This record gives sequence, structure tokens and C-alpha cells, in this order.
Amino acid sequence: MTAPTLPNSFRTGPDGQGHFGLYGGRFVAETLMPLILDLEAAWTAAKEDPAYREELASLSTHYAGRPSKLYLAEGLTKHLGGAKIYFKREDLNHTGSHKINNCLGQILLARRMGKTRIIAETGAGQHGVATATVAARFGFPAVVYMGATDVERQKPNVFRMRLLGAEVKPVTSGSGTLKDAMNEALRDWVTNVESTYYLIGTAAGPHPYPEMVRDLQSVIGREAREQMIEREGRLPDAVLACVGGGSNAIGTFHAFLDDPSVAIYGIEAGGHGLDGAEHCASLNAGRPGVLHGNRTYLLQDADGQILEGHSISAGLDYPGVGPEHSWLRDTGRVKYVPVLDDEALEAFQLTTKLEGIIPALESAHAIAQAMKLAPQMGKDETMIVCLSGRGDKDVHTVAKLMGMEI
Amino acid sequence: MTSTRIDARFAALAAEGRPALVTFVTAGDPDPDTSLALVKALPAAGADVIELGMPFSDPMADGPAIQAAGLRALKAGQTLAKTLALVRAFREGDDTTPLVLMGYYNPIYNYGVERFVAEAKESGVDGLIVVDLPPEEDEELCLPALRGGLNFVRLATPTTDEKRLPAVLANTSGFVYYVSVNGITGTAAPDTARVAEAVGRIKRHTALPVAVGFGVRTAEQAAAIGENADGVVVGSAIVAAIAGSLDAEDRATERTLSAVTSLVTALARGVREARRDAAA
Repeated sequence: MTAPTLPNSFRTGPDGQGHFGLYGGRFVAETLMPLILDLEAAWTAAKEDPAYREELASLSTHYAGRPSKLYLAEGLTKHLGGAKIYFKREDLNHTGSHKINNCLGQILLARRMGKTRIIAETGAGQHGVATATVAARFGFPAVVYMGATDVERQKPNVFRMRLLGAEVKPVTSGSGTLKDAMNEALRDWVTNVESTYYLIGTAAGPHPYPEMVRDLQSVIGREAREQMIEREGRLPDAVLACVGGGSNAIGTFHAFLDDPSVAIYGIEAGGHGLDGAEHCASLNAGRPGVLHGNRTYLLQDADGQILEGHSISAGLDYPGVGPEHSWLRDTGRVKYVPVLDDEALEAFQLTTKLEGIIPALESAHAIAQAMKLAPQMGKDETMIVCLSGRGDKDVHTVAKLMGMEI
Repeated sequence: MTSTRIDARFAALAAEGRPALVTFVTAGDPDPDTSLALVKALPAAGADVIELGMPFSDPMADGPAIQAAGLRALKAGQTLAKTLALVRAFREGDDTTPLVLMGYYNPIYNYGVERFVAEAKESGVDGLIVVDLPPEEDEELCLPALRGGLNFVRLATPTTDEKRLPAVLANTSGFVYYVSVNGITGTAAPDTARVAEAVGRIKRHTALPVAVGFGVRTAEQAAAIGENADGVVVGSAIVAAIAGSLDAEDRATERTLSAVTSLVTALARGVREARRDAAA
């Protein structure tokens, strides 16, 4: 594939049809099409409406706890002996991850649209918990679709969702992970179109979801950019975030896309390595295809059947990726690299010991890449790692891998 | 626009004064040989149009019956190339029954649109139904398919309002597939009166035949829907009949062929009685 012409700005997409270059679009069944057009109109109106913006800003401050801190990880920095590592502490948000940023924005939109029921898909359960939380806060019934495999490996989050009043529906079709949960959520939506708002958790799906979720998550990078200038008097030299569907990543990256001095890294789940099938690195090992409403890089076989990925982290276990990432990959603006399960596990343990912070296994992938990069950089250089979520939910998984019973 | 077997068949049935029975099976379900035998047996059992499902790993618009059929086919090694080969084999013995491929876009995109359209036409395919390609994405496959002499059959749904209907119908050819319920294939039964009203509404906008599907299972339902519609589509019920005839390892048995042909025969009787009852 020939490289696309470099744009003047990397921050203007998507076009009116929801395309980021070749990627994105609206590949959905006709039943959903009128709803998606309604959603686009409602979102366009809401984001320009001062009342909507004020309510979202107020909830972000007083309910979610924004702005999140930019924290200098001194222990890790000293241990690695290179660039200063800053964590953008999305793990400190209410519900324990960046997912709340998106959920608050969308629940206010659902209310504006007069919807009466919320559905969502979830992998690690972070988005499911955030959805159940805002549904409880605003009095909506919520149904969360979760792959049966994920229900098993993320039990604490399943219980949290149920406590919050959401109905968690385990999905057994396929291999019972995030893509199957998304299929089932789409089947629910197409059946209950009039009443139901589909609160997608990542920057993927049909237009306008990738744009809307990015806009709602881009508060991460906007804050981090300002905080870094305040702390260091200049921009960071590198910005890193993990990429499953890619919502914390696009939210972190977007503010820096037009800062050419900032190197940007998206970290994919390398699983057991890209040579085999046990990984979830769609941007490194997949090719463009169409799934879940958008064109993007996908893990697929020679016949165009979607493959089941693998990652130690349920939140990265998705065979696709948000379309804007596919475009940023092709343009070369962002470098996407894989990190193996073992490397993520090592980063998880090291961060816990040196910083007193238990990171989510998803975020540990980004930290693992920071561990590779920092020693190659000067001590006067800086990087920001998006610590997208806290790791309490992962302690069972990690204990099992370490051969311990808890 | 080239005239296809679909146009000819609907015209002939209109002259005969009865609706078409459109039958769906998944290509390669439960295995390639049985699947070919099933497709070959459909016209004699009374099917007027054959819809052949192209299996996909992630069939978002399908209910449990067709999901399971697709997985059985993929497990038995079905690919898009094998589906086209099945059509070629079917055409060796039948040059008149219209055949429509139905599925999702990714396997086609992966195969290459131009190559797919050319090979589909050459294999004897008459039309395409691709669930996840709304009119907004017409340049992807719809327009290349029309240029290549294939019909592109679009779905209209209860959510397709008056304002949107002209866009949905604009590049549609062969027939319009009215989805009788909001939902996935094979679940809720359609409300006959509301379907009749919707068919009337679509017919005010187009001269194309309108076939109705999703949730039609019995000869009685087929007869009731066929009073107003130009075609009645039955899919999940046929696919469920296949599933019910398989052994514990999902292999075909000696009952598989007859399970399908006896159901299709009953449905064919239903559509043939549709307007006789109405006239009586």
C-alpha cells in the first residue's frame, strides 16, 4: 500500500462521512442507519451546546475527579536511568480508569435524545463498570454484554456492575471475548432501536462513535500537555499509551498529533509473540477489513474471517482497533509496537514495587514500552505514559500467573 | 441495467398471480457436498429464488440459528471461493432459478471487490445482499456490482422512514427485501397487518418486487405475508431443520435432505395458496 500524502494537520478528521483516510465509515445494517444519523446530529448539537458542555465539565470535576494528576514516577525513572517518566493518572478517576470520561459524555447525550435504556459491551469490565456507574447515577436501566471468558477472569468487575444495578449478560458465542460481546450488543440494539442507547466504550464502531469517543477522551491529552508545560516548561519528548480498541490512546495522543517534536507510541498486545496466533496486535500483524461498523486493521484469516486474539489483558483482547489509529499508523505519525504478556507482567510488578501503584494490565503494556525507551533517552528528556486504569481488577489473574492462590 | 434471472422470475410469477418463495441456506452447511445437494433440491421442492448465505465469523444481524449454520460451515472448511464453486456446480444443472448471495462485507472486501463481482457473475450468481452496506457505502460494492451485471438487493426496515426510503431504493435492483421486524434473523414473528402496510408504502416508491423476510417460519405465515408481498423469504426455519437433522457431531444424516425438502414443499404450498384464499 502506498503511503498517503501527509496532511497539514493530523487533528481535522474525520470527514463528513466519518472517514479517516481509508478507514472508518458506517458499515451497519439498514435498521441501525437512521439511528446512527440521529446520533450524529444529536452529538453535533450537544458538543456545541454550552449547557451540555457545562454539565459535563462539572461532572468531570466533582464526580469523576478531573483533572487527573500528572505524576513523576521517580522510582521507575531512577531504576531505568534515562528519561523522566511521568504517569497521567487516569487510574485515579472515579471507577478506576479513563472509561468514565466517555461514559459521562454519552449518558448526557442519551438523556438529551430521550432514550430510556442503556446497553454496552465490555472486555476487562472497566467500561462495563463505568457504564453501570453512570446508568445508576442518571437512573437508567443498563445491560452489559461481556464475553463468558471475560466474566470468568474479571469476577470483581462483574460483581461491581451487578451491585450498581446493571444486568451482566455473559456471551458464549465465538470465543466469549470482547468482539463477541460487541456482536451481541449490536444484536440487542437492532432489536430495541427506538428505546435503546448503545454506549460504545472504545473509539471504534460506525461513525460518529470513533470521533465522539475521541472527543470525550481527548481531555486526557489536553490536560497532560498543559500539565507538562507547567511542570517542565516544555512539551514531552515522547507520549505512550496502550491500544486495544484505542480510546485511552487516541484521547492521550490527540492533543500532541501536531507537535512534531513529540514521538508518539501506541502499544499493542503482543501476547505470546507475533509469530504465532496468540496476540492481539491488529496494527502490526493484521490487515484492513470491515467489522463492527468501520474499516480498520483487523486480525483475519485468508478468507476474511475474523480471528480471536489473545492477550493477558482482557481490555486489549480485541481483533480490531479504532479507525483513527489505522490512519495514524499508515501516515506514520504514531508508531505502534507490540509488548509481550511477560513484559507487561514484569512492568506490572515493577511499577507496583517501585511506585506503590498497581497498574491495570492494559496500562502495564505501555509502561513496559517506557521501560524499553527510557534507558535509550537522555536524563533531560521526558515522557508521558497514560496510566489508563488501576490494577485491582487484575490481581486474581496475576496471582494465578505467579502460581499463587488468593 | 442487464436483466437477470431474478427479474425474469418475478415477472413470470407476477403473471401467474402468486408470490415467490425465497429460501435461504448457508453455503457449506453442514458440509460442502450436503450443501450442494440441498441447493440442488430446493427448486424441485418449490423454491422460486435461492438465497445462499456466505458464512462469516461475526454475523451481527443474525440470530442463533443462522449463526450456528455459519459456524458449522466454517468448521467444515467453507470459504468464499468454495461458495462460488458451489454456485458453478449448481448452475451445471439449473440455468433458470435465480440465486442471490447473502452475507457480510469483510470476506468480499478481503477477496477483492472487482475479482468477486467478476467471478460471481461468471459463476451464475444473479444478485447480492450485503447486510452491512447501507446506501451511504454504495461505492464500496453496490455500484461495482451493478456495473458488473449483478442485482444489488437492499434491505428496507421498519426504521426506514419516508424521508430515507428514496435513498435506500435508489441503487436497489432485482427486488427489495423488507425486513419485517426490528431485530435479528429468526426471532420475533412479524405482524401481518403492519407488514402489509409497509409493503404498500414501499410499493408507492418503486416498481420493484418486494419480498418480506425475518421471522417467517410456517406455511400459514408465508401465505398470510404473501397476500400482499411479491415474495416471502424463509431462512432460519430451514436452517433449523438442517440443524435438527444432524447427528451429535453436526454431521449430515439420511434425514437431512428430506427435512429441508418437506419443509420447503409445505412453504411452497403456502405461497401458492396465498392469494387463492384472499380471492375466495
